[in-house]
Amino acid sequence: MNMLVTPASPATPNGTTSMPNGTTRPQVRIVIVGHVDHGKSTLVGRLLHETGSLPDGKLEMLKAVSARRGMAFEWSFLLDALQTERDQGITIDTTQIRFRTNSRDIVLIDAPGHAEFLRNMITGASQADGAVLIIDALEGVRDQTRRHGYLLHLLGVKQVAVVVNKMDRVDFSADRFKEISDEISAHLNGLGVTPAAIIPISARDGDGVAERTDRIGWYKGPTVVEALDRLEPARPLEALALRLPVQAIYKFDDRRIVAGRIESGSLIAGDEIVIMPAGKIAKIKTVETWPVTPAANRQGAGRSVGITLDRELFIERGDIIARANAAPRETRRLRARIFWLHDKPLAKGDQLLVRCGPKESRATVVAIEKAVDPGELESRENKAIGRNHVGEIDISLSNPIATDPYTENPRTGRLVIEVSGRIAGGGLVLSVDAGQRAVPVDIVPVESALRPDERSARYRHNGAVVWLTGLPASGKSTLAKALERRLFTNGGSPILLDGDTVRAGLNGDLGFSTTDRSENIRRLAEVATHLARNGHIAIVAAVSPAREDRATARRIADTAFREIHVATPAEICEERDPKGHYKKARAGALASFTGIGNDYERPEAAELVIDTSTRTVAEATDEIEQMLKTTGVLFDELVDLAANI
Amino acid sequence: MDHLDQLEAQSIYIFREAFARLKKIALLWSLGKDSNVMIWLARKAFFGRLPFPALHVDTGKKFPEMYRFRDHYGKEWELDLRVEPCPPIDAVDPTLPPAARSAARKTEGLKMALAKYGFDGLIAGIRRDEEATRAKERVFSPRGLEGNWDVRDQPPEFWDHFNASPPQGAHLRIHPILHWTEADIWAYTKRENIPIIPLYLSQNGKRYRSLGDQDITNPVASTASNIDEILIELEQTKVPERAGRALDHETEDAFERLRVAGYL
Repeated sequence: MNMLVTPASPATPNGTTSMPNGTTRPQVRIVIVGHVDHGKSTLVGRLLHETGSLPDGKLEMLKAVSARRGMAFEWSFLLDALQTERDQGITIDTTQIRFRTNSRDIVLIDAPGHAEFLRNMITGASQADGAVLIIDALEGVRDQTRRHGYLLHLLGVKQVAVVVNKMDRVDFSADRFKEISDEISAHLNGLGVTPAAIIPISARDGDGVAERTDRIGWYKGPTVVEALDRLEPARPLEALALRLPVQAIYKFDDRRIVAGRIESGSLIAGDEIVIMPAGKIAKIKTVETWPVTPAANRQGAGRSVGITLDRELFIERGDIIARANAAPRETRRLRARIFWLHDKPLAKGDQLLVRCGPKESRATVVAIEKAVDPGELESRENKAIGRNHVGEIDISLSNPIATDPYTENPRTGRLVIEVSGRIAGGGLVLSVDAGQRAVPVDIVPVESALRPDERSARYRHNGAVVWLTGLPASGKSTLAKALERRLFTNGGSPILLDGDTVRAGLNGDLGFSTTDRSENIRRLAEVATHLARNGHIAIVAAVSPAREDRATARRIADTAFREIHVATPAEICEERDPKGHYKKARAGALASFTGIGNDYERPEAAELVIDTSTRTVAEATDEIEQMLKTTGVLFDELVDLAANI
Repeated sequence: MDHLDQLEAQSIYIFREAFARLKKIALLWSLGKDSNVMIWLARKAFFGRLPFPALHVDTGKKFPEMYRFRDHYGKEWELDLRVEPCPPIDAVDPTLPPAARSAARKTEGLKMALAKYGFDGLIAGIRRDEEATRAKERVFSPRGLEGNWDVRDQPPEFWDHFNASPPQGAHLRIHPILHWTEADIWAYTKRENIPIIPLYLSQNGKRYRSLGDQDITNPVASTASNIDEILIELEQTKVPERAGRALDHETEDAFERLRVAGYL
């Protein structure tokens, strides 16, 4: 049961088809979408027939199948090849079929219309350069029609031809056609999509498919075949800036080959490149190929290549190789427009896995900006995005990734979301929050001359970030200083990073808005992590009221992070009030003060909880020291230097 | 970049994704034209090597030319070749029609090999244009614990993002040449000078379009005696590629039943 044996043309992402006689024809990938039963499969069957693309015996076989079922001849049986589909009368997955118009090779992606199978429709439509949106003349524009229109817009498919099918059912009424044309035009225009054509047809009988028959004599526009003939192939990716996402590093022999597919732009040996997100600079030494190596010619978008570099750099899967003057943005935070396919709605606070090319990162949904049922197109509550709905979200990433807004690069500006190892949604990167830093250029982080074990041998401890969080006046700074003294006495290398001290200098540009508070914590965490990586114990004393900000700090410091909740009761903190902050806040003279009100978010899983109202400073310091021992920061046999004097 | 370059680059991308994201994979080598192209593409992806085993699930009923080909190129290409046997016919679902039942031995052999090695990914050389149920496939296609394919619950797959986390004990089928056509295979075989089994070329007015087991595969009428002639023939013929495969024609859904059960 072969679908099609002629013509033989390839299914490639975009571009042209080479013919055996050496000429090339533009190849366009299209998808046919629309409400269930509006006649997609029938139109496809008819198109194949009209363009002479059916293999011998296919028509006869279909007639036999129809007769055996006691049914009238049905074009859609051509595609609905699976038994289950024939039984239920629906198409359930994507099929690719090829045929030719006068000037185009068409790869047709048949997408199912049944609401349950929307994910298959998206799977199909995501590969399309253009689309045919089909509407039943009798039923008119339905939810699913609008939903598909919206999804085409979302997937970036701009070329849409609309066909109004089953015109025979409305007596080929020009008025009915105009009614539907106006409605769908208004809907698509509202999305910023201008239909390439709106065509009245009867797919079953052939009116308007390849010919304008007398029955639609009043229609002067193109036929479906003519409309397909005018679709433009995707724009060449080679003209965009170089993006080579790294799939893997291979070391099968003495070569260390960085392998990946060039998503856009081009490269050649000798090019200077930057590896993002780290911003490391190198030169391409060779482009490796097999069986002949190296390759001397320029390699362009779409090629899967392997390159070697002129220096040994730490590179990993997911890094992006670009040119220094046109690098992608590095970010831990981005905004995306997504479609959601999972049963469980996507909500604020959800933990996800985001994939951007080969790069994956854990992520948290910071905000749902918009959630829409594309069938109704009305904005819903901004709390969750339901199955088969779309929306705009703000996500924070645990690892920095390099990406582009999709308007600048359609290939690297896409992402998918995984839940439990399965793709649950996908979308386009709308904007990238690159933080305070502009596009990093020419950054070559310098590694320390010392190894971590050299330092820990001297200090007798591993590097760590000890993060003291708690209400103002809970005793954080007091404890921090006691701990600093204790560790130093024992020969260690503690460094105090007090919130107020850092705000007086490094973070002097930051205020107390939510954004500024987050940035304050991020910088504290970055500095502390740098110290920890260099073997020191960074003791951070900061109120850090937001759970999410502390989570960010933990992600930055990773395994070095130890959180201590100084959980002194609020009334005792206010009673102490050493800096007079509570008093001022009560008097209304101190805006954005944490402590009055309920804006302090208590840690849920701190490594240690200390209530300073029930312990002396020395006892509390003992507890911290003990925790640092049991969690592997301090070595067992501590030497008290003072005792040996 | 011509269309063969594009096909090649896409397949290499898929190979590298499979190798990066799965723990233990193998390539299914059926010795036919498609899987030979597939091995060639894998060697391109990994710069001359196949960094995982090539698995031949052997029914014992292949043509002698195929076994000769396997023994010769298995060595020349330095493959880590694992030949795994299939169970006898009476171990296979007796409700299947005869040719399909014979072919289903391969499914059982495949399951035994999976259990033996614990592969979490099997690379297979099926193509969309071969057959209607194959047209419905994903590039990374999850299989159930019994090796079965649930066509009604396939994960979304778009923009070359593949689902690569099979549940414990289950595996994925990876299809790096799903997007190729029969003509592409021949054009590429010629361009890259990939060796072929002579049964594909016309002898006494007949040649094999597709090679399977001896007892259930028939040659088709053809005068094409080299690849150029095959390509011309493919431009003109309307005979489907699997016309010589008996199992496809026994009942309307024989092949679909086989595939749902885990057949390639």
